[in-house]
Formats: sequence, C-alpha cells, structure tokens
Amino acid sequence: MNITLSITKNIHNWLFSIMPEGIASIAEMVLIAVVYLAIFAVAGLYLVLLERKVAAWFQLRIGPNRVGYWGLLQTMADALKLVSKELTGTVKADKFLYNLAPYFVIVTALMALAVFPFTQEFQAFDINIGVLFLLAISSIGVIGILLGGWSSNNKFALIGAMRSGVQTISYELSVGLSILTMVLISGSLQLSEIVEVQKNGWLIVQGHIPAVIAFMIFMIAGTAETNRAPFDLVEAESELGAGFHTEYSGMKFAYFFLAEFINMFIIAAIGTTLFFGGWLSPFGITESIPWLGVFWFVGKTLILVFLMMWFRWTFPRLRIDQLLTLEWKYLLPLNLLNIVLMALIVWLNLTIQF
Amino acid sequence: MDTNIANSNLKSEDYFINMGPQHPATHGVLRLLLTIDGEIIKKVEPDLGYIHRSIEKMCERDSYQQIVHLTDRMDYLSSHINNEAVCLTVENALEIEVPERVKVIRTIIGELTRLASHQLWWGVMGMDVGALTTYFYGFRDRELINDIFEETCGARLTMNYNIPGGLMFDIHPNFVKRTKDFIAHFKTKLPEYDRLLTGNVIFQKRMKGVGILTKEDAISFGATGPVGRGSGFSCDVRKHHPYSALDKVTFKETLRTEGDSLARYEVRIQEMWESMSIIEQLIDNIPEGDFKVATNAVIKLPKGEFYQKVETARGELGVYVVSTGTKNPYRLKFRSPGFSNLSLLNHIAVGGKIGDLVASMATLDIVVPDIDR
Repeated sequence: MNITLSITKNIHNWLFSIMPEGIASIAEMVLIAVVYLAIFAVAGLYLVLLERKVAAWFQLRIGPNRVGYWGLLQTMADALKLVSKELTGTVKADKFLYNLAPYFVIVTALMALAVFPFTQEFQAFDINIGVLFLLAISSIGVIGILLGGWSSNNKFALIGAMRSGVQTISYELSVGLSILTMVLISGSLQLSEIVEVQKNGWLIVQGHIPAVIAFMIFMIAGTAETNRAPFDLVEAESELGAGFHTEYSGMKFAYFFLAEFINMFIIAAIGTTLFFGGWLSPFGITESIPWLGVFWFVGKTLILVFLMMWFRWTFPRLRIDQLLTLEWKYLLPLNLLNIVLMALIVWLNLTIQF
Repeated sequence: MDTNIANSNLKSEDYFINMGPQHPATHGVLRLLLTIDGEIIKKVEPDLGYIHRSIEKMCERDSYQQIVHLTDRMDYLSSHINNEAVCLTVENALEIEVPERVKVIRTIIGELTRLASHQLWWGVMGMDVGALTTYFYGFRDRELINDIFEETCGARLTMNYNIPGGLMFDIHPNFVKRTKDFIAHFKTKLPEYDRLLTGNVIFQKRMKGVGILTKEDAISFGATGPVGRGSGFSCDVRKHHPYSALDKVTFKETLRTEGDSLARYEVRIQEMWESMSIIEQLIDNIPEGDFKVATNAVIKLPKGEFYQKVETARGELGVYVVSTGTKNPYRLKFRSPGFSNLSLLNHIAVGGKIGDLVASMATLDIVVPDIDR
C-alpha cells in the first residue's frame, strides 16, 4: 500500500472535482510549493540545530539545550528573532542588487529540491533532464553571493564574493564531471530513473572503483560548492569577519544562512540519489512498503550531511591558491581519467550487478 | 581611449583594508592597515595605541609593591612571570636573598603559566587557520591550570602572587597533588594536539614555508621567545641568564632553523613538553621554609639603574628601573616581547596571501596589551 501516493492522488482528484482544470492545476502547484517551502524551511532550521549539536559533540560541549527539550526549539527561536529584527544596511550600498542577492541564493536552493525523488512517485517535478536541471540551478546560487558581496560596498564582503566566484566556478566542474561519471553507468539523466536502475545494486557498488573515486571527488567538490569548511574561504571568519554577508542583517542574513544548510542537504541528497540508491532500502528489506523510502532517503542524506559536518569541525581552512591547485591540478585531471575508466567499465560490462 | 588594451599600461590598483581594531584575527584591539593587490599583501602597517593605558607612566607614580599589580595587565597570559620580573628587579636592587622555597614555587607557577599561555595560543592558532575545534581542546586543559591557580593564588588570570621579597602567601596544601595530577593528565592530552592539528595535511600546507624569518632578521628585529627560537636564534633567558630556581633544573632550549610558521608552531609545542619536565623536576622537592622575607613597608630602591629580564611565554621581558632613591621609580621601562615580535609582521607577511598573514600573525602569538602597555 502506498500511503503517500494515495494521499496525493486523493487531494489531486478532490481539487479537480471542485474547480475547472486550469485553476485546479495552478492551485495544485501552489499547494505543493507551499508544502515544500514549509517542510524545507523547518528542515533547514533543524539542520542548523544538528550542526550546532554535532559541533558541540566534537568540541567537548553540550550544545543548545535550554530552549525546548534537548534544545529542539533553539533554532526556531533564532529564526523568530531574525524575522523580527530590523533590516539594516550600508548607506552607500547598491540598494537594488543588495536586496536582490539573498533571494537568488534562497530561491535557487529551494528550487533544486523539486526534482528529488523522496520515495517512489513522491517527487514534485520529475523531468527527464533532472541532473542537468540540478547543475543549472545550483550554479545560479553563486550569482547571489557575488551580488551580495559586490553591492554591499564593503571590502571584506567584496573579497569574499571574489573568492566565492573563483571557488564555485572551479568546483562546479568537479561536481558536474563526477555526476556525469555516474550518469554514464546509470544511463539516464532522470533522477527517478537513476534510482530505478539501482534496484540491481547501488551505483557505488555497481560502478565499484570509478564510482568510489567519483564519490570522493563529489564529496570534496560538493563541500567546496556549498562554501563550507575546509573550503569556507568565502566567509573565512578569521580572515574576513563574515565575508560576503558581512553587511546583511535580520531575515536577509537568515536567507543566506538557511540557503547554506539547504545547499548542504541538496549536495547530500544528490550523493544519496546517485551513489546510494536514493529511497531504496538496503537489500530491498522494505520494498513492499514504498513510503518507508522517505525514511531511507532522509537517513542516507543525513549520514552524508554528518560527513560534511565532520569535515567542517575537524579540518583547518585551505588558502585560496591551494584551493585552486587542488581543483585544477588534482581533482579535474583525476575526474577526466575517471570518466574514461567508467566508460570502459560500462563498455566492457564489468559492472557488479546483483 | 587606448583601443589596444594589451599594450596599454593596464594594471590593477592596490587598495587599503582596515584589519581591526575589531577583527577576529587580531586578538584584541590591534589595527592593521593592509595594502592589498587582490589577495596579495603589499604592506602591513600595525597601528597601535587602542589599548594604551600608560602603564609605564603609572609606574612612576606608584610604589614598588603596587607596580607588581600593574604588570598583570600587560601580558595577561603570563601575568605571574611579569610579576616575577618586577619582584626580581626590586630584590636584586635591595640585595635581598629570597628563600629557596620561594624560588622553586615561583618557577613552578611560572612554568604552569607558560603552559596555560601556550595552550590558549594553540587553541587560537587553530581557529585562525580555520580549525575551530582546537579552541575547546586548548581551553579544556587550560581550565585545569586555572583551577590550580585559583586555589593557591585566589585568581585565575591576573594572579598577583609575587611580592617583592617572596610570595603573598604559602601554597595551598592541594597544590602539589593537583599539579602532579595535571601533568599526568596533560601528558596524555598533548599528543592529542598533534593528532588533531599538527599532522593535518592542510595545516602543514598552510604553515610550511610561510612567513619565513631568517636568523639574521630575527636578531635585527629583536625577536625573542618562540619566534626567535623558530628561526634558530638561541635566546632563551631561562637558559642564558637563569633566575629563580631555573639553574637547578635541566631542560633543552628548543631551536628550529627553518624560521617558518611551522617552526614557530613546533617550538611552542616542544616547549610545553619542556615546561612539564621542569615542573616534574621541582614539584617533588619543594624545600621547606618561609614563603617570604620581611621587607620594609615602604620600599626605597638605592640610587641607580637596575635591569632584569625574564622569559615570558612570548619572549624576553625586560624591566629597566631608574631610581633616584625615593619610593617611586624615576623612570620604568618595560621591554615587552610582543612589541618587537609584532614589528616583524610586515617583513614576514609581504608577498603572501591574506590567509598567510593571519596564519603568520597567529604564530607570533601577540597579546595586544603587552604591545601597547
């Protein structure tokens, strides 16, 4: 029995029964958008809480534990505070771009979520070029960061924005190429299709050596893509204060902050979908109950999120030239070789299938 | 307009950045005027005075017992050693021989202070290169030292335990046991520091070959302490001019010849081992006796000039007193290690990136009140 499917079907049928087709489909879109927004705004907040808790565990602390049981309401309270705060800005900022920047970042982050299959047929937007859509959307986010740093009229913000431009454009390549490696083996750009392929074994097992290399490159580049430590040069607290969002306050700052965590979730979700079978359960143990796929999907994603947090709280930060050396001299050539290797393996039919 | 851009003198413009006085990497209110070309540092001009409290001038007003308390507020991370410097100057001038017990206790607490200071430095060092977790590891162990101080001296940071002629009061009965416990504890924790940060490949890349200071430059800039020793300049006052009980212990002066940030880092890590060894040699046989000798209520130094130097956690602290025979010094000058060490920042940071500047500055281990006084 597929509960999620039947609920959405019922709502769908009910909407179409009470209003004309055109209005009903618009209403349905709005409804889905609102549900997604609500879920992921809250999910983002809890990712922040998770990060604070994880940081605390790494740092011999307890972490937030005052607001709500186990600090569960802490980030809610933080968000409320940020919403109610006055929006201050610099006098000589380029007002239009300054105000526009946070929306670029948060909107692209939320848009990318639409294509993920959370479980069988639980997907807002199942397009046949899902992977391309993800790559395209995630590359827009950097425009928001560049604009924010540029328009703030603050030199620290400007340096942060320039670093961000250099960094994101470089690591986009590695993210893209490592995803392409996996597209080679899955043979589809459609995310739901990619998950279906993995019923014969997760792609990281099917593609064995090149898939593991691709996964490692993907995690490194993905961490860089989200501007998190050890690649957090964009914010680099000890160097630039707060980097590109130095001059932002209140809700606009919260957008940047939330977007960082949603982006982290997205990178982990891509990793889950491409390498670890998305919503599929290990060895198909819960195959008969498809809605449990959400649990598997989120569980796997959170493990990858934890991995990225682990990086952040253990590693020192790279320097800008070391960052670019890593990408252009090591990751990129390795990635290109890896694609050839994967192509060979697929061509010679050396994949592991169960 | 020149249409041929390739042949025109198109060049990027340098720009200024105010790093500080409120900046996370300047550890206090130090203002650095950076001239930057993109990411590359062209010039670093430290702008001092944001926390200047004219301590030297206040010393001319105060009695010698009071001066001791002012020195706490200079390099607050080695407050005990600063106190000791003034006390030693006064004792030498008055030709007072303090009891052996006092000497040993002063040395033990001095080395504990050095350990605490280096622990804090290590935590902050990690933060400056982006590893935020080190801070909490450093503070975990530093808390234990502060607890020992609290029990014996009544204060955790600005201790004021020394007075001219000895100590304010005797050590707490728990002091010996707790210090031993701490040494046993920290011996297991110091390798953890290496595992967390020193061996990290990113950290090594950030530190190796960055901010190079040659031995000649170190000497001509007056670099002392771990900064000088990282460049191979043998400048440990404890070794060359032993004071208190330091002539009774054996320890190695840590020297590195590379002169880069990593060398300065390793010198401090090694110094923590040496400090623990010094404490271990002394802690078991603290001689019995008085904890102070009686001095006059009003101390008057004989007419003349007196100089005493000690090794604080940051380098050589010199106290230079010109006395006219009254109860106040005519002039008192502190030669603070932080001031000289900061002066070479421009020398080691030019040509590097902003990240390099922050990392090099962290290895100088500056304490701004020590620079400004």
